[in-house]
Amino acid sequence: MAGLERVIAEQPLFAGLDRPYIELVAGCGRNHRFEPEQYLFHEGDPANEFFLIRQGKVALEIAAPGRAPIVFATLGEGEIVGASWLVPPYRWMFDARAVELTRAIGINAECLRGKCEADHHLGYEMMKRFLPVFVNRLHATRLQILDVYGRH
Amino acid sequence: MSRTPADFMRAVVACHDLQALIDALAARGYRVLGPTPRDGAIVYDDIVRLQDLPAGWTERQEAGRYHLQRRDDGALFGFSVGPQSWKQFLHPPVLSMWAARHEADGSLAIDSEAEQCPQLAFIGVRACELSAIAVQDKVFCDGPYPDVDYQARRRNAFIVAVNCGQAGGTCFCVSMQTGPRAERGFDLALTELLDGGRHEFLVEIGSDRGAEILDAVPHRAATEGDIGEADAIVACTAGQMGRTLETHGIKELLLGNLNHPRWDAVAERCLSCANCTMVCPTCFCTTVEDHSDLTGTSAGRVRKWDSCFTMDFSYIHGGSVRKSARSRYRQWMTHKLATWIDQFGVSGCVGCGRCITWCPVGIDITEEAAAIRAGSRRAQGTGHGGT
Amino acid sequence: MVAVPASDPFVPEIYRVRRVQRELPDTVTLELAPASGARPSFEPGQFNMLYVFGIGEVPISMSARAADDGVFVHTVRDVGAVSGALARLAAGATVGVRGPFGTSWPVRAAEGADLVIVAGGLGLAPLRPAIQQVLADRGRYRRVVILVGSRTPTDLLFKSDLEEWRRRLDVDIDVTVDHADGDWRGNVGVVPALIPRAAFDPRDTLALVCGPEVMMRFTVVALRDAGVADERIYLSMERNMKCAIGLCGHCQFGAAFVCKDGPVMRYDKIAAIFAVREL
Repeated sequence: MAGLERVIAEQPLFAGLDRPYIELVAGCGRNHRFEPEQYLFHEGDPANEFFLIRQGKVALEIAAPGRAPIVFATLGEGEIVGASWLVPPYRWMFDARAVELTRAIGINAECLRGKCEADHHLGYEMMKRFLPVFVNRLHATRLQILDVYGRH
Repeated sequence: MSRTPADFMRAVVACHDLQALIDALAARGYRVLGPTPRDGAIVYDDIVRLQDLPAGWTERQEAGRYHLQRRDDGALFGFSVGPQSWKQFLHPPVLSMWAARHEADGSLAIDSEAEQCPQLAFIGVRACELSAIAVQDKVFCDGPYPDVDYQARRRNAFIVAVNCGQAGGTCFCVSMQTGPRAERGFDLALTELLDGGRHEFLVEIGSDRGAEILDAVPHRAATEGDIGEADAIVACTAGQMGRTLETHGIKELLLGNLNHPRWDAVAERCLSCANCTMVCPTCFCTTVEDHSDLTGTSAGRVRKWDSCFTMDFSYIHGGSVRKSARSRYRQWMTHKLATWIDQFGVSGCVGCGRCITWCPVGIDITEEAAAIRAGSRRAQGTGHGGT
Repeated sequence: MVAVPASDPFVPEIYRVRRVQRELPDTVTLELAPASGARPSFEPGQFNMLYVFGIGEVPISMSARAADDGVFVHTVRDVGAVSGALARLAAGATVGVRGPFGTSWPVRAAEGADLVIVAGGLGLAPLRPAIQQVLADRGRYRRVVILVGSRTPTDLLFKSDLEEWRRRLDVDIDVTVDHADGDWRGNVGVVPALIPRAAFDPRDTLALVCGPEVMMRFTVVALRDAGVADERIYLSMERNMKCAIGLCGHCQFGAAFVCKDGPVMRYDKIAAIFAVREL
């Protein structure tokens, strides 16, 4: 698992995280490889893992009957796919599809949630890191809703 | 050539001899304009005879109120300012810019014959109005693109100023340092001397043009007594100001309080009627209208007075930037008292009081400025600092 | 830099539409050649007032740099009476042109530094002349980063220019859209999010930003968060214009007249009023 620890330690999300905690997180992780057009998960699936993109691009999309799915975000290297693992009932709210060859670390959600319950310091470190990511994403989504380029 | 106050030559003209002044100007081809009573107000219009002037009339002006009143003397200039200013002649409310033709071959041709500008003579320009004209000179002549029409009208204009014998009900020239004495920018300046049996005018000569016209008017030398009396009248007027506007640091005050609650308060009252901008002698905003005839062969562009209070003044695709009355009142007042200084080096306000008189709900710019200043000071006093 | 045209700034000059290129369903690019005389010189970022007979005038930025062919190039989107009429003109039609007016992108000031150009939607049009000028003299600049935002992939403006810039090895270009369908291989997200990922040295970068005001506001936040100084960020402001020469009062933005103190404005000079609502 030493390789995985090194990779996790290099992720901007975990910058400054104490060594023991890196090991704890790595203990829940494993490597993934997604081929182009392969889905990481589908809407409604249980959110067992969340993903740290090491390389590649993932499109988040929502499907509606009678029309092509709408991509509302793409995520790249160093970004996190998925917050639903933190929020009951732990189910994915959208589809995630690899746009190109994508390598990612999957962190088992139940494993990490368990370790956070056992050590609240770890839990708080996770919250401090994940919350800004999703607040920024919420803000970006608001801008997208404004449709600033559209005809008024 | 204009002169400085120190070396004005002075003379005295009898009241009835002012007719000769009007005649001399008319004889030289000037269109002579002056105050005259009409429709319950004193307006500026063509004058031919001395009787056209509002002899024996004065006005009562308060916030939102104006009416004429009879004086108990026959003073020719015993009033202050009415709803109009001289900008209607120098910067006309409607001006044709150019005409365009659609030729048979589909091409476009534009004719831009400049309108012939008449020679204008203004009789009875108050000190505040002289300042207003000087302000508009900066606006229209000092930028990279001078207003050619304004320049032509201005160049030829002959100005007979009048020093106010009494303060108006709403004006505050002393605060704005624009009066009551006419200091510069006139060809002749009159101070009405009316006491006992005599009715004369002390005349100050402000230019060679003024001296040349005065030669055609019967006059006598001014005595120390005449000059002293005129000075006393002006000093008395200065002491009658009913309002003040504290101008110290006003630019920083207003621009540092763009979200002051006072803007909300004044917005509750302001009707966005645009009266203030119409009567203000320095407001200069205009719009252009492009129109064509029904056959589509001829078109033209006309420039018209506009007001920042109109709903579509700030329209860009999607909507107006200033949708609320609050933002439009704030724009007018911060422009007039603050950003004008950045733009033109002087305040846009000359303290004439017209906006206060002619506001249907009596909004008073001096009161609004004082309220923002007081609110700002209070905030600083409690240690919160600023808004 | 305010260029004073040789002609009467109040009266339109007659120009003919030499070519019309449809860019998007509601957007065209017009090439305008003077009916007589020469086209005046202009700088990237400046605009003309375009007049349609009997209908009116609108301010439109030049969307291609001054070339020897002596034409003005303008990209117009149909959003109203005049712009709609312009968007429906055919080659050979005549229009009136007043200008050039306004301040320009400080392209020369960026020499020796990194240059970050951020365009949102139609904002790419006023920036294209600056990009063309930079790329024509590429050696004068260090890193050149172009970030483009659009509503959807089909709404991207100047696709062939984007592809041409992408092919160059000496330009970093990143494009994002607000949403897309599955065929889009690129980014989906907002333009400000591209900035943390772009490679430039914020201590010595000049940023040129143009697009809807909301987009510019949040782009400035991202640039400042990345460490770019306020006085190295330039925006192109838009306000109602009638005379375009500082006499009618309509385009005022604080103390500035957007027609002559802008449209290109340095951010530090407007920072205090930029976020004030309804100013």
